[in-house]
Amino acid sequence: MDIQLLGITVLWVFLYGYLITASIDFGAGFFAYYGELTGRDHIINKIISRYLSPVWEVTNVFFVFFFVGLVGFFPDTAYYYGTALLVPGSIAIILLAIRGSFYAFGNYGAKKSRVYTFLYGVTGLLIPASLSTALTLSEGGFIEEVNGEVKFLAGELFSSFYSWSVVLLAIVSVLFISAAFLTYYASRANDEPALELLRKYALFWSAPTILSSILVFVALQQHNSVHFERTLDYAWFFIASLFCFLIATYLIFQRKRYGTAFIFVMLQFFFAFFGYGISHLPWILYDHITIYSGYTNETTGVYLVIAFIAGLCLLVPSLVLLMRLFLFDAEYVKGNKS
Amino acid sequence: MELDSAMLSRLLTSLTLGFHIIFATLGVGVPLLISLAEWIGIKRNDPYYTLLARRWARGFVVTVAVGVVTGTAIGLQLSLLWPNFMQLAGQVISLPLFLETFAFFFEAIFLGIYLYTWDRFKKPIYHWLISIPVVIGSTLSAVFISTVNAFMNSPQGFDMVDGVLTNIQPLAAMFNPATPTKVGHVVMSAYLTSAIVLAAITAFHMLKGKRSTYYRKALKLTMTAGFIFAIGTAVIGDFSGKYLAEYQPSKLAAAEWHFETSENADLVVGGFLNDETNEVKYGLVLPNFLSILAHGDPNAEVMGLDQVPEDEVPPLYIHYLFDGMVGIGMFLAALTFFFVIALRLKRFNTENKWFLRLIVLAGPLSVLAIEFGWIFSEVGRQPWILWDIMRTGHAATSANGVGWMFVLFLLLYIVLGTLCVTVLRKMFKTNPAENELEEIARKK
Repeated sequence: MDIQLLGITVLWVFLYGYLITASIDFGAGFFAYYGELTGRDHIINKIISRYLSPVWEVTNVFFVFFFVGLVGFFPDTAYYYGTALLVPGSIAIILLAIRGSFYAFGNYGAKKSRVYTFLYGVTGLLIPASLSTALTLSEGGFIEEVNGEVKFLAGELFSSFYSWSVVLLAIVSVLFISAAFLTYYASRANDEPALELLRKYALFWSAPTILSSILVFVALQQHNSVHFERTLDYAWFFIASLFCFLIATYLIFQRKRYGTAFIFVMLQFFFAFFGYGISHLPWILYDHITIYSGYTNETTGVYLVIAFIAGLCLLVPSLVLLMRLFLFDAEYVKGNKS
Repeated sequence: MELDSAMLSRLLTSLTLGFHIIFATLGVGVPLLISLAEWIGIKRNDPYYTLLARRWARGFVVTVAVGVVTGTAIGLQLSLLWPNFMQLAGQVISLPLFLETFAFFFEAIFLGIYLYTWDRFKKPIYHWLISIPVVIGSTLSAVFISTVNAFMNSPQGFDMVDGVLTNIQPLAAMFNPATPTKVGHVVMSAYLTSAIVLAAITAFHMLKGKRSTYYRKALKLTMTAGFIFAIGTAVIGDFSGKYLAEYQPSKLAAAEWHFETSENADLVVGGFLNDETNEVKYGLVLPNFLSILAHGDPNAEVMGLDQVPEDEVPPLYIHYLFDGMVGIGMFLAALTFFFVIALRLKRFNTENKWFLRLIVLAGPLSVLAIEFGWIFSEVGRQPWILWDIMRTGHAATSANGVGWMFVLFLLLYIVLGTLCVTVLRKMFKTNPAENELEEIARKK
């Protein structure tokens, strides 16, 4: 495995980490708001806030890690994506800022407010939509380089069928991942009413994830047929993903082993996400940057990898500790510990 | 001033950094003070200090949230607004940027644990132990990110051949000549500002008539810590002056309005500048002091702006920023020194109304000094984004819409700033220390 491939794999793993943890967070925000609208907030909000309070910052760091690492390993991405994403990127930052700080204001502050819950719910859907545009851009056709100046074709993006299919998939996936996780968390807390409601949400959003994935494939075939052909070479990734989806949904439907079910949801997205990633290679930005052309110099690359391994040795045990205290400590989950 | 893309990018970056730095500074310093208070509380078995740590931590969560989201903003804005700079400098200096993320990650994990495990351990010392990675993580974040700024002031660790970077050494880039003073000054002044801000809040409450042991202990801890950090900041600040004289003499010359290269250079404090004749009026002139500041020798020669090409002279208003920063620093040192002495001698009443008012005033002033220092450092580096290598104008984005983004971010920061203050005030008003103090008294 060459170092460029190693670098992009590391980054992809972190983006996957963000995908899962952030989806739980984003979806939870939406469910909390929806719960309040339909007068069911008392059922699920306790579960949601008990999980989210200690971990939301960690979620955020997965994202920071990904983009700092991307610019580090592949500085050319700063040049192309940086220029193209000025407006969508800034909007995403503002939404993330509103979400993060309002979460803190609402939860640690003196009193809950409807405005906070509303913003927390709405940003939960808008952020994945705006972040997913970065992946859409990577398929090419939305960025043009004329006389050494990078131009972003915003009109193309907004009128693209592919772009909207990705947005749809992003939102639906967020809701499914989140509901599946919260179902598991509620079952650990022995919170029957919350479990029932969240299980219903999970089942409701299960089939749409597969339908919208198929839609993305159809759109990709039209938009970037080269990439589409390559996904067929890696078809087994997507078949494995579908298989995991079926197991997960079956388990949730049968009210069995919610923990295992969530692991299969994670695997479902793991296979789909890595299948997408591998078939995308070697391009980081189709027609402009590959992992070889955009790579930093050898020395920096090696240092970054060393830093990454050293950092991981520090982080993994810490993350395990965090999870043991808040995720796998039954007493905490049930709310018996502060 | 022309509002081209480069100027707008500079304005937006200053806006984000100017807002972020308030929360980042507190984010670096406050964990140390929380940890200190909790430790004293355990050591002396003193519930007052433990309560201090708890209440500070509660407020800290809110400010840290704003720090995190604005930090994410500036992290992304570096690439969004300065894509050419990141493409070039990223090849050399991405290592500390990457490490900063790790330090921050580490801090975030343990902060989450720290905040939610106050009563979960049998021995309180275990809970205190969790504060250590938080302190280390937050300080290391500041260390790594400051090395990146140091690199912008004193780039090294590569060769530039026809616009292409070769022979790249990331460690040499990280440990450049500006690193020791920059890192030291940033970290120490963050500790100082945090201690002073907490002291100011305490003094504010005491002025409102709350004079129990709890507040006295809080003031003693923050002011004593503040004194130590003030001395540290001043000493490192002096080294920073000597660094500038050697590596960025034009920055120092502009800050001190030193126009002609000379020996026995005088230091001008304050004053007004006549743009045409370069004469300074009403300034306080300290003979030979600039030579001492720059080289530690009253007879030493100090380079003046006459040696600097006209298009490389930074804006001269940085003189006021420099003086403002140093002036506030000296005020803080004097204030905390006086407090410590008074406490020792037990003769002077440190709870004197006017003295408490000065401490309250010191809070916002210390934050202002941080702003002055950063604006001085950044504007003083102009016209360079990467000293002597890349001009700021060549680094900015070519995309349209920076102006609109500036408006959006301005609104965002106004909302965040206002809400942060409102929420904090509400939080401590609905649950005043007195409630929790009563509980302590009852337990005794």
